[in-house]
Amino acid sequence: MRCRRLRAAPLSDVAPSGASCGGNASGGGARRNLITARRAIDGPGRRDGILLPLRMIVSDLAGEAIISLRGIHKRFRTGVTALEAIDLDIHRGEFVSLLGPSGCGKSTLLRIIAGLSQPTLGERSLRLGNSGRPGEEAAGRIGFVFQDPTLMPWSTVLGNVLLPLRLAGRIGPAERERAAAELHAVGLAGFEHAYPRQLSVGMRMRVSIARALVTGPDLLLMDEPFAALDEITRMGLNDDLLQLWAARRATVVFVTHSVFESVFLSTRVAVMSARPARIVADLAIDLPHPRERELRTSAGYAAFCRTVSAHLGRAMEVRL
Amino acid sequence: MRGRGGWLRVAAPIFVGAMLLGLWQAAVVIEHVPPYILPGPIAIAAALRSDGPSLLLSLLVTLRVTFAALAAAAILGGALAFLFSLSRVLALCLFPYAVILQVTPIVAIAPLIIIWVQQPFLALLVCAWIVAFFPIVANTTIGLNSADRNLLALFRLYRASPTQTLLYLKLPTALPYFLAGLRISGGLALIGAVVAEFVAGTGGTETGLAFRILEAGYRLAIPRLFAALLLLSLSGIAIYLVIDFAARLALRHWHESALDEEPD
Ligand SMILES: Nc1ncnc2c1ncn2[C@@H]1O[C@H](COP(=O)(O)OP(=O)(O)O)[C@@H](O)[C@H]1O
Ligand SMILES: [Mg+2]
Repeated sequence: MRCRRLRAAPLSDVAPSGASCGGNASGGGARRNLITARRAIDGPGRRDGILLPLRMIVSDLAGEAIISLRGIHKRFRTGVTALEAIDLDIHRGEFVSLLGPSGCGKSTLLRIIAGLSQPTLGERSLRLGNSGRPGEEAAGRIGFVFQDPTLMPWSTVLGNVLLPLRLAGRIGPAERERAAAELHAVGLAGFEHAYPRQLSVGMRMRVSIARALVTGPDLLLMDEPFAALDEITRMGLNDDLLQLWAARRATVVFVTHSVFESVFLSTRVAVMSARPARIVADLAIDLPHPRERELRTSAGYAAFCRTVSAHLGRAMEVRL
Repeated sequence: MRGRGGWLRVAAPIFVGAMLLGLWQAAVVIEHVPPYILPGPIAIAAALRSDGPSLLLSLLVTLRVTFAALAAAAILGGALAFLFSLSRVLALCLFPYAVILQVTPIVAIAPLIIIWVQQPFLALLVCAWIVAFFPIVANTTIGLNSADRNLLALFRLYRASPTQTLLYLKLPTALPYFLAGLRISGGLALIGAVVAEFVAGTGGTETGLAFRILEAGYRLAIPRLFAALLLLSLSGIAIYLVIDFAARLALRHWHESALDEEPD
């Protein structure tokens, strides 16, 4: 069951037709926008962003690990040890779920991957575009979605999605267009000028996802983004997230404590034990793509859920 | 103020006020209370008519001090709060002194200030400022430190500069706190100006409303005293309403305090 490498997602997903997600009819346009946005962010001096789509395909075939964690420990000043000897490689194009009981250290691990928190011990290396400073990736290569939508209430939906671009430089018509396209992609066209409080929680979460995607990140980190949502909204967002992932060919690390969600979404599930957390199982989910709703009732899905549940159960037993 | 019961909100207090005034006038007439003890509303209205213009001139003097002090409190208070948010050490060093200034009764230090600051207008301004600046400093400091932790993390992730974080995150977060402080300081600035005038007496060439109240008291011109008092409290209410309106306007799209009860 151990997986070292992504079962390469079908290349047909790369084609612009794959981008017809969330009612976005112009996938090619979205791709072009992505490239334009990149150019705006990177500036004329940096060319790797422009070449990105090609590089992504090539590196997929090579199975390049874009995140490598080696022996990560995290001990807080309070004396709590959250993480213990975490080794994890995540390859370009993978959708990896970190599954574990509440409070085991999933958020801590995700923050370490993002560079928002430093490990006490161990090494984190990311193979994303470099910012020029050693060991630091360029801004905008990583998108982050929190459990709460975490929007700025004083800013419109468009203003919120524009934030990462605004922090990267000037906002012009190209950036506005880019943000609007991103809102379109998450199914929120027409809500550009609404304020967050005027939206449902599910819609706010979509804004949050659009904001994370607007820089065209290589790596999307999501920390239990749908945990606070009702079942129906959650399933809708699961479907749309998978479509976005396939269309963008992004790499996703998704934290969840739901076995069913992790199996439905992921190409790989990393099961974590209770605190201090270790990765106790690393399971490839060899279910076909694209995954539609019918999958949720299939025997194959049920079998994977059972396996993952068993591993999670064992992971919790060890600590009890 | 819109919607059902909107007119009631205006009419009900007016009706109650009119009733009370009627009772007041009746009591004064029936009990034969002399006007130097308690004038009736009619006598006060008469005083307002005859002395109104000169009282208004005095009110203008007081309001000039009030608004200058409020503006200084907003600017210096905001700037001080900004410095506090930059450096915890600075905040720890200076905040106790802000508290000391706040808790020392202004009546007690006003004579000193009036001696030290030669220029009368400036002396009054300093007194009113001391009373008014603390709510703004205290509130804005909390506001600047209240930015959402996750949003701060997001700004860090996108390598926002300190200026960007201040501009796009900390200042908008602090705005409702600042405005809440301003709302309190508006009334306090007026109180500070009046207290300072009481202490300073007439001093210079211009006499504020507070001195007119004192003077009317000495001369037992109690109806005029009431008329001046009325102008003073009306000014206080007006200042509050103006700041409240501006605050609602600034926050109308997003802050809970400025939203209608039932959004549509
Ligand atoms: N900043 C912190 N300081 C001290 N302890 C923390 C901090 N953040 C998290 N923890 C502790 O680390 C453990 C793991 O937390 P977290 O990563 O948030 O868990 P999860 O996301 O899996 O629910 C918890 O016991 C929590 O109390
Ligand atoms: Mg968590």
